[in-house]
Amino acid sequence: MNLWDFIVDRWDRLLPEAALHASAVIQCTAIATVIGVAIGIGVYRSPAGSAVATALTSAILTVPSFALLGLLIPVLGLGVAPTVVALVLYALLPIVRNTIVGLSGVDIAITDAAKGIGMNRTRVLTRVELRLAWPAILAGIRVATQLLMGIAAIAAYAKGPGLGTEIFSGLVRAGSANATNQALAGTLGIIILALIVDGAFVLLGRLTIPRGIRD
Amino acid sequence: MTDQTTDSDQPGPADHTGVEITLENVTKRYPGQKAPAVDNVSMTLPAGQITVFVGPSGCGKTTTMKMINRLIEPTSGRIDLGGEDVLKIDPDRLRRKIGYAIQQAGLFPHMTVAQNVSVVPGLLGWDKKRTAARVEEMLDLVGLDPDFATRFPRQLSGGQQQRVGVARALAADPPVLLMDEPFGAVDPITRGNLQDELLRLQGELGKTIVFVTHDFDEAVKLGDRIAVLGARSKVLQFDTPEAILANPADDTVAGFVGAGASLKQLSLLRVRDVEFDRDKAITATLDDSVPELRERLTRGKLHFALVLDRRNRPVRWVHVRDLVSATSLAEAGKPVGDLVSLKSTLRDALEAILTEGGNAAVTGAKGEYLGTIGLETVTEAIAALREEYTDEPTTEGESA
Ligand SMILES: Nc1ncnc2c1ncn2[C@@H]1O[C@H](COP(=O)(O)OP(=O)(O)OP(=O)(O)O)[C@@H](O)[C@H]1O
Ligand SMILES: [Mg+2]
Repeated sequence: MNLWDFIVDRWDRLLPEAALHASAVIQCTAIATVIGVAIGIGVYRSPAGSAVATALTSAILTVPSFALLGLLIPVLGLGVAPTVVALVLYALLPIVRNTIVGLSGVDIAITDAAKGIGMNRTRVLTRVELRLAWPAILAGIRVATQLLMGIAAIAAYAKGPGLGTEIFSGLVRAGSANATNQALAGTLGIIILALIVDGAFVLLGRLTIPRGIRD
Repeated sequence: MTDQTTDSDQPGPADHTGVEITLENVTKRYPGQKAPAVDNVSMTLPAGQITVFVGPSGCGKTTTMKMINRLIEPTSGRIDLGGEDVLKIDPDRLRRKIGYAIQQAGLFPHMTVAQNVSVVPGLLGWDKKRTAARVEEMLDLVGLDPDFATRFPRQLSGGQQQRVGVARALAADPPVLLMDEPFGAVDPITRGNLQDELLRLQGELGKTIVFVTHDFDEAVKLGDRIAVLGARSKVLQFDTPEAILANPADDTVAGFVGAGASLKQLSLLRVRDVEFDRDKAITATLDDSVPELRERLTRGKLHFALVLDRRNRPVRWVHVRDLVSATSLAEAGKPVGDLVSLKSTLRDALEAILTEGGNAAVTGAKGEYLGTIGLETVTEAIAALREEYTDEPTTEGESA
C-alpha cells in the first residue's frame, strides 16, 4: 500500500485524531494566552520582573518535552492532564515575552496623553496599551501554536490525544507492514494542520488588529 | 498677514470661562534625587489668559505643569484650581476638567480622528448624538475638514495631528488647558499657523491656558503673561511680554530674551497703536493733471507724492523728477510695493519701510489710504515702551 492509499483507507481514524490534535493545541494556547498575558501585564512595568518572567518561561522551554512529560506522569497520571500542563507551559514563553515587548513598546507620549485626559489605569491598559500591543501579542500566540503543533505529537507518549498516536505506533512497529506510512501520515497531518492554523491567524490578525495600526 | 492673525487682534471675551490657578510653595522632589526638580514655587495664573512657562531644557517646566493635573504629585505645597484644592479631587475626575495637549500630539493611533476627539466626552458619559455633534464642532474649531473624522492619525501630517490633539483636549469644554510644547515638532511655517489658530481660539473661548515652551519668541507671541523659569523652576520673572522685553529682571532673563529684544517688541505693537503721519504726504488721484501735481510738490518742497486710484487706494509713488516727462499719473513713477494696515505689527511696518526705501503707505480695512509711516515713528514707539517699563518692579508685578 502506498501512502495515499493508506490515508484513504484510514481516513475515518485520521480525521478525528487531527481534530483532537488541533483542539488540544488551540485550547492549550488559549489557556496559555490568558496566563501569559496576565503575567506580561503584571511585570511589564518593572524591568526586573520582566527579566525574571522571561528567564523562567524560557527555562521551561529548554526542558526536553519527553523529559517534562516523564516528570508529569507520576504526578498527574496518563492522558489529558499531563498533556495540557506540558503544552500550556511550553506556550508561555512566546506569549509572555511578546506581551512584555508589546506593552513596553507603547509610546510613553500616548499613555501620558491617555492619563492626562482622564483615563484611569484600567482604561489606559484595556483601551490603549493592550490594543496597541495586540499585534505583538498575537504574533506570540501564533508562534506558540506552531510550537505546540509539534510538541503535541510527543504527548502520545503520555497517552494524550492527537496525531502523535499514529507517529508513535508507526515508529514502534518499524519494519512491519505500513509502519512507515503510518508515521508519515501522522507527520503530514500535523504539517497540514499547522499551515491551516497559521492561515487562520493571518485572518484573525486582519479581523482584530485595528486598522490604524495595521501595516 | 492672514485672516487668523487679524481675528486674534480682537480682545478676548469679557465672560471668561477659564478659572484661576494658584501654586503655593509647590515643591517636587523625585525619589533618589538630592535637589528638588521644582523648588518652592508660588505663582498665580490669571483666569482666561494664556500663561507661558519658558525656560531652558530641564528647568522643571513639564514637572510644574504636570502637577496641576496631578500626572505628577507634588511633594509639598498646594495647588488651587478655581479655588479648589486639586489634591482633594479624584485625579481622573480632575483631568477630565483639564484639557491636555502635548508634543507629538500623543494621539491614539488605533482610533480614528473622531474617536480620538470623543474620548473625554465618552468618559463623561455623553450620549452618541451629543458626542458626534461635538466632534464636528471641534474639527471645525481647529480648522479641519469634516472628512478628517474617519482618518487615522498616521494618515495626517504633523500639523494636522497637532490640531486634532488640541480638538481632543478641548472636546469636553474644560475651563483649563495645559499645553506642553504642543507645536515643538512641526516646521516653522506650520507652527506659525498653529499659533495664530490658538490665539483665534482663545479669543473665542477665553480658557485659562498654561503653555510650556523653550522658544522665547513663541512665548512673546502667545503669552498674555510669561513666567521665565530658571533652574528648579525658580520664577525669575513673571510679567507681560512687553514688560519682560523692555525691562528684563536680571542678566539670566536678559540672556534668555536674547538678541533683538527691540525687534521682538516691535512685533507686539500695532500700527493703530502709534502716531503715524496722517496727512503729511501729498496725494493725487490717477486722473489729476501732471503739471498741477508737480506744482504742488515744488510748493510743498517735497520730492514724493502718492497716487491713489478711484477707490482711494495707494497705487504708485511718483518723484518730482518723474513728472517732468510724464504724460499721465497712471504711468509715472513706480508701483507701491509693501503696504501697511492698521493691524500690521510695527515689525511688518519696519520691513515695509525698508522695502519702500523711506515711508510706507498705511491703509484702512478696505485698503483705503490713511497716511504714511516712517522710521522715526518706529524708533519713537520703542523709546516710549522703554520709558514706560523702566524702574518698575516686574517680578510678580501686576502691571497692565
Ligand atoms: N520621572 C522623573 N524621575 C526623576 N527625575 C525626573 C523625572 N522627570 C523629570 N526629572 C528631572 O527633573 C528635572 C526637570 O524636568 P522637566 O521634565 O520638568 O524639565 P523641562 O523644563 O520640562 O525640560 P524640557 O524643556 O527639556 O522638556 C530634570 O532635571 C529631569 O531630569
Ligand atoms: Mg518638558
